[in-house]
Amino acid sequence: MYAFEYQRPTSRDAAKSAAAGADTRYLAGGQSLIQAMRLRLSQSERLVDLGAIADLKAIKADGNGVTIGAMATHASVASNADVKRIAPAIAELAGGIGDPMVRNMGTIGGSIANADPAACYPAGVLAFNATIHTDRRTIAADDFFTGLWETALQPGELITAIAFPAAQKAAYVKYKQQASRFALIGVCVAQTAGGVRVGVTGAKGHAFRATEIENALAKSFTPEAAKAVKMPTTDINADLHGSAEYRAAMIGVIASRAVAAALAR
Amino acid sequence: MGNMNEPFDPSKSPIGQSVRRREDRRFITGNANYTDDVVLQGQTFGVFLRSPHAHARIRSIDLAAAKAAPGVVDIITGAELADAKVGGLPCGWLIHSKDGTPMKEPAHPVLAQGKVRHVGDQVALIVAETLLQAKDAAELVVVDYEELPAVIDLSAADSTGTSVHDDVSDNTCYDWGHGDKAAVDAAFAKAAKVTKLSFVNNRLIPNAIEPRAANAAYNRSDESYTLYVANQNPHVERLLMCAFVLGLPESKVRVIAPDVGGGFGSKIFLYPEDVALVWASKRVGRPIKWTAERSESFLTDAHGRDHVSTAELAMDQDGNFLALRVKTIANMGAYLSTFASAVPTILYATLLAGQYKTPAIYAEVKAVFTNTAPVDAYRGAGRPEATYLVERIVEQAARDMKMDPAEIRKKNFITTFPYATPVGLTYDVGGYAAHLDKAMELADVKGFPARKAASAAKGKKRGLGYACYIEACGIAPSNIAGALGARAGLFEAGEVRVHPTGTVTVFTGSHSHGQGHETTFAQVVAARLGIPVGNVEIVHGDTGRVPFGMGTYGSRSLAVGGTAIVKAVDKVIAKGKKIAAHLLEAADSDIEFENGEFKVAGTDKKIAWGNVSLTAYVPHNFPLDKLEPGLNENAFYDPTNFTYPAGSYICEVEVDSDTGKVKIEQFVAVDDFGNIVNPMIVEGQVHGGIAQGLGQAMMEACAYDPESGQLVTGSYMDYAMPRAIDIPSFKIATTNTPCSHNPLGVKGCGEAGAIGSPPAYINALTDALGVVDLAMPATPERVWRAANGLPA
Repeated sequence: MYAFEYQRPTSRDAAKSAAAGADTRYLAGGQSLIQAMRLRLSQSERLVDLGAIADLKAIKADGNGVTIGAMATHASVASNADVKRIAPAIAELAGGIGDPMVRNMGTIGGSIANADPAACYPAGVLAFNATIHTDRRTIAADDFFTGLWETALQPGELITAIAFPAAQKAAYVKYKQQASRFALIGVCVAQTAGGVRVGVTGAKGHAFRATEIENALAKSFTPEAAKAVKMPTTDINADLHGSAEYRAAMIGVIASRAVAAALAR
Repeated sequence: MGNMNEPFDPSKSPIGQSVRRREDRRFITGNANYTDDVVLQGQTFGVFLRSPHAHARIRSIDLAAAKAAPGVVDIITGAELADAKVGGLPCGWLIHSKDGTPMKEPAHPVLAQGKVRHVGDQVALIVAETLLQAKDAAELVVVDYEELPAVIDLSAADSTGTSVHDDVSDNTCYDWGHGDKAAVDAAFAKAAKVTKLSFVNNRLIPNAIEPRAANAAYNRSDESYTLYVANQNPHVERLLMCAFVLGLPESKVRVIAPDVGGGFGSKIFLYPEDVALVWASKRVGRPIKWTAERSESFLTDAHGRDHVSTAELAMDQDGNFLALRVKTIANMGAYLSTFASAVPTILYATLLAGQYKTPAIYAEVKAVFTNTAPVDAYRGAGRPEATYLVERIVEQAARDMKMDPAEIRKKNFITTFPYATPVGLTYDVGGYAAHLDKAMELADVKGFPARKAASAAKGKKRGLGYACYIEACGIAPSNIAGALGARAGLFEAGEVRVHPTGTVTVFTGSHSHGQGHETTFAQVVAARLGIPVGNVEIVHGDTGRVPFGMGTYGSRSLAVGGTAIVKAVDKVIAKGKKIAAHLLEAADSDIEFENGEFKVAGTDKKIAWGNVSLTAYVPHNFPLDKLEPGLNENAFYDPTNFTYPAGSYICEVEVDSDTGKVKIEQFVAVDDFGNIVNPMIVEGQVHGGIAQGLGQAMMEACAYDPESGQLVTGSYMDYAMPRAIDIPSFKIATTNTPCSHNPLGVKGCGEAGAIGSPPAYINALTDALGVVDLAMPATPERVWRAANGLPA
């Protein structure tokens, strides 16, 4: 790790002014950032730790959905009564991230801001058509994930909360890469007010919606319909852990298991 | 389970008791003393600058900015070592090629001399006041590299235009043959049936939980050196470093391996870092401490396995094995590591008989250099490679012959002992049908067809596979090892020091880095002396305290180290009898020793252990004219044969064809380890070994990019280690035939699990899928392709 200056403000405004100035990063749960810093792959002059800002952690039922504070840990989301009632697939998604230590520290805001191509939350955010609230604006799920570790966030923009509409017939199934235990393929399927949405992570440079599967499920919301879809291999990741052909084939298989799990609720 | 502090109960010998390990308290409570815990007065910190290229010439190294960095004490490169005439690292086993020429031994420099030959190769040692300062300074060293093409592909290494070493143009270290080629060729000529298979034994990264570490100090007061190092054999480390590299007297060097967090072979070898730190500690005048980061461990710990082989088995029309022919290419990596040459030859080809009476065997092994990390012994060291080959081809032979895989094995089992195999070893005892029958019973093989049908009804494939392994461990008789090319002996040492008040300290040349010797050796000594286990202290790992031993690897510690200790204990008892005879006014020959008491035979005149021990050191009433005071004996033991643990493993799997994911429905392991001292520890060794073997078969793959030579699997993000959730609960049993040639009747158990499990798993999987071969690791994608008829 390179030397850096560390600040831990207790309010959003203090965080914003601490971050003003060059070469500063926000620190959320640190489960990706601290690792990168230890490997000397990331370097910042100043780190602003958001962990002491209480109102960023709140989770509350909100009209027809649930709003999760950006600093809510995966463990808190997984165990929260409102999330389990209103969007159970998201609670289960959070409960499958990493291991207990990771879940006690990692946050939803940190996860989507980092936008790892194999992170779980992006699939859930897309499938539920969640809205990302920042200190400047709101961003629709479909506009948020733009590239490999790239999001629509502007420099210094702070995510404050993510609002998930309710969706009952929804589930997330994660097929874990054997080494990292990140998603080799992770699929979240949700029946939303606007129709069926299918969010896929692990397959491409960023999470995306499998519109081919959405169309098939709109006609017939069954596991068989999802499994029958042959996803194209365009832009699909290929590495030691899976060829593009294998990953593409697994999208349909895992989506069908997500549909089965959603129907079983 | 037994407790260390229970008094000796004559009706319950400690041998065979699952005495709780005394090591565990300090390991579990964070009170262990690992090399990284050692901090010396005036401590400086070392960081190694390593090559980012697989193969390159070094045009220049500019140290100016680095030397001026804050806190830097010194920087050493190959140039300083060359000026000081520091030698290269030696290889401890000389192999000759078929044409009689000795193996090529290109220079193995401590720090790069003009060239780097694998990613991670050591270029410079930066020494600074703090670790952070050393790391920062390392980034300021400017090395001008001229990149060269990288030799990565094992099969093509001897025919690519590029030489890893300028003096080995075809990258071939040796081309060795073993067995009777003429007899094998003749047998194949008349064989009714030949089964042929090609295999890769996949390259593995050892991943001991503790990374390598060392702390070297030069002591100005007596011009001696002390090296703390995470190592499995301190005396060997010292001998190699002193005699072959640094030219130092052994009497001026002390090597201490304190608590060591696992080795599995990777901590046997004399590594460049150890030598560089020792040499530099005198130049710098202060101790230098280095602990590998996990990425360094991935790059530079000696890797394991990495063979490409073809095998052919000739049979008659009834399935009797007539001959086995094997051709193997083995990767040495960029440099010859300490035992590397012996692993794919002496420790491999000599096991190709397996448990079978195949009369003719011939193996050819070509060892090549590539621009990858050095490859050397790793849990099993040659025997997993041999067993994988034999048990896979035997299983396939059964399928080809349409015979039951258990029946074809039983038909060919060796049944009379001792049995001299055609590949050089003589198995002393064994009972192979016994463990196969027991394994089949535990696995309920009879019920398999019904289970297979039930899986099929759920749309899943189910398979059952066997592996009947045998291995040679308890290494080794020195004269045989020497005749086969070993440059060292393989005896062991034990010293038993009885204290005046009756407790005992045992100094053993064996080293415990997870094996639990502090417990098991204490059990052995306590049983023999009739004293509580808690009264026996085991000391290991320090050349300053322990007589010369060869260390721990090759499942040798109890068989060889334990026997040395037993012989020393017997010397103590013999002397004790003389002391007792004097005190009891009887003839020496009338004294018996049992349960901690010396008594006159046929009478009830006796004297306790504690009285004898005290008398030895307070010799007022003592036969000083005939006997020296004191009660402190040592023994060196050179075994007369290897030991031959063997067993039968059965694995049953269910495959999900949609994803290629495999569930191990059951794993049965029945082993013959001879006599068992601590059943709990033996079971733990089997569990760990099987987990390691399943790791190889299911998921572990060390991969280098074929173009750049970069280590693609450089961290746990990409190198898949098995977790508890991947490994089923095992059904474990033993059917033991005591070893015939050591007093404890023990065979060794540390590597068996890793030897027998990979073929059992792949045999089960190929059975489920109905395919001839599936490469290791059998990743989900590989399984999915095989299950769905897609090209591999």
